[in-house]
Amino acid sequence: MTRTDEKENRKIAAAKKMRDIMTTYYLDALSASQNHRQVAWITSGGPVEPLVAMDIIPVYPENHGAMIGSAKMGEDLCTKAEEMGYSADLCAYARADIGCAVAKGGPIGGLPKPDMLICCNNICGTVLKWYEVQARYYDVPLFIFDTPVCHTDFFPETAAYVKAQITEYITFLETVTRQKLDMDRMNQVGHLSFEGQKLWQQVLRTTAHKPSPMSAFDAFFFLALIVTLRGTTTAVDFYKELIAEMEDRIANGISVVADEQYRLLWDNLPVWHRLKWLSKKFSDHKACLVADTYTSAWCGAIQYIDPDNFLDSIAQAYTRIYLNIGIDQMADQILDMIAFYDVNGLVMHSNRSCKPYSFGQMDIMHIVQKKAGIPVLMLEADMVDPRSFSESQMDTRIDAFMEIIQHKNRPHTSADMQTGTGQKAGGR
Amino acid sequence: MICAGIDIGSITAKAALVDDEKLVGTHIMFTGYNPAAAGRQVFDELLKQTGISASAVKRVVATGYGRASVDFAHKTVTEIICHGAGAHFLAPDVRGVIDVGGQDSKAILLDANGQVENFAMNDKCAAGTGRFLEVMAQALQIPLNQMGEISLGAKTPVKISSICTVFAESEVISMIARQKNRQDIAAGIHISTAARVASLAGKIPLCPPVVMTGGVAKNKGMVKALKDRLGYPVTVGAMPQENGAVGAAVLAAGT
Repeated sequence: MTRTDEKENRKIAAAKKMRDIMTTYYLDALSASQNHRQVAWITSGGPVEPLVAMDIIPVYPENHGAMIGSAKMGEDLCTKAEEMGYSADLCAYARADIGCAVAKGGPIGGLPKPDMLICCNNICGTVLKWYEVQARYYDVPLFIFDTPVCHTDFFPETAAYVKAQITEYITFLETVTRQKLDMDRMNQVGHLSFEGQKLWQQVLRTTAHKPSPMSAFDAFFFLALIVTLRGTTTAVDFYKELIAEMEDRIANGISVVADEQYRLLWDNLPVWHRLKWLSKKFSDHKACLVADTYTSAWCGAIQYIDPDNFLDSIAQAYTRIYLNIGIDQMADQILDMIAFYDVNGLVMHSNRSCKPYSFGQMDIMHIVQKKAGIPVLMLEADMVDPRSFSESQMDTRIDAFMEIIQHKNRPHTSADMQTGTGQKAGGR
Repeated sequence: MICAGIDIGSITAKAALVDDEKLVGTHIMFTGYNPAAAGRQVFDELLKQTGISASAVKRVVATGYGRASVDFAHKTVTEIICHGAGAHFLAPDVRGVIDVGGQDSKAILLDANGQVENFAMNDKCAAGTGRFLEVMAQALQIPLNQMGEISLGAKTPVKISSICTVFAESEVISMIARQKNRQDIAAGIHISTAARVASLAGKIPLCPPVVMTGGVAKNKGMVKALKDRLGYPVTVGAMPQENGAVGAAVLAAGT
């Protein structure tokens, strides 16, 4: 096989279909008002299912922020927000979104005007002020869904407090849309959401295979559906196809990184504006980022969901997501992933934009070094704003990190690879 | 076997030659704007100085920011690994290296065999680097190589509160305008830089014995400020600036 053929072979075919689905989704959202449908802007970790059940189109400024970052439009839009008076220390998703709302720019000419805003603070505190700003700008109602941080456990008081808000949330939606929530439809959406999350988890777990059929860089891309179309048959059907493709790649020994020698775990959001560069950088070292804490957050609370009692159970599921738990619990989850995916190192992106994600990374790094004994790399960057990225520094850090890993690990021989075929990665 | 290490830093280029387990010689020059030419020249100068012919050098490892531009190197290795190897070669019991160079500073943790266990580097900012001290020396109108000595005469070091190099420079200029003692300002600059560097050591964390390497290790005021800040001894070897090149040569010999 020629090099070009080989490269083609490594491409994931489902990517094209997903691009088409996302295009249709954004076209629907952008033309919502012509079709007499309402649009709700919602935070990435927010309870979207009631919106889907009420035929409201959910739109995610954070997904849009990721698109802005990938399109390398972050700097201009962030600068626009800074000109408006927002601090450069503010989250780049918030800055890009605020800048975009005013400039009507960005990769799709701005998001459709919202009819309402749904803000759930399980991912961060910035969203509260960000959504208040947008609620004033667009003059639309805002619902704040408050999920207290579960440092150690999910207490009855928290459960009662969050459950009460689910009821208030439904009342809010019924008032804004002037229609009743159809409980049969709600149950159907709940089941689809649960199934979608289970399938997403299955997609991510395919990378436990050695060599890995896909990488975290692919997961960053395929994540878009479980975020934006959670609770729909579109997401469920797509992930079934994706799993089939991954299983096919595993059966045919197709790895995403040629001659995979090292397996790494990524922590924090991606550096959206440098995905290609980072992917190549690690591939050149024959290293595959097999998993990450970010994309697994969209299936990390499945154990709390009861599809037959969906609305009640999501009070707990939406409160106990990765970013809303204590540092010790985060470290435990990372240690579990290190064992499950059998990785040789952990790469932590200290993300200037995302304070709740980056806060505590130093402690997690020390816990991982102590308990798992693997090298940990800290990369300082920003998910969207390229001004916080220094290529030559990144280059040196990644090279040095890989030199340490190479020294610590005997490269997997081809015999190792063969015995690994068809087996799930074992614990360390 | 004779092997060479070439370290192309942001400010200076260094070369080192080892013959089996023995260090034969080192050379330093300014990198200038052409790192490829600097690599070739620093190597040629060292060969001339030691009387060794280029053909006698069996392997070359290049390191530093300009490592990729050294076209005659057999291999490139990052300066982090090279500083670890150099420090271990020159002082085998060393377990920590604090390297402060022109554009970055790093704390490196070594295992008993001199292998790098972990490291931390400064973020995208000049504070805590040699460049910061260069800018400050200019503001104080004192030669960079005298700044350390001058600062040792300080009675009450000033407090520099800005982290940013540009703001710190204007802070220093305002102190000069207020006729603050030059020795006290120089000491304050070192204390502020040392605090940044020490935070890297704390992140790992490092534990003694620790050596300081890089051009900034030649600044006595910086070394003192760093020891004071860390609360444990930090030694400086005979050739801190050449340490990375020595490490590269040692690695070349080992591969």
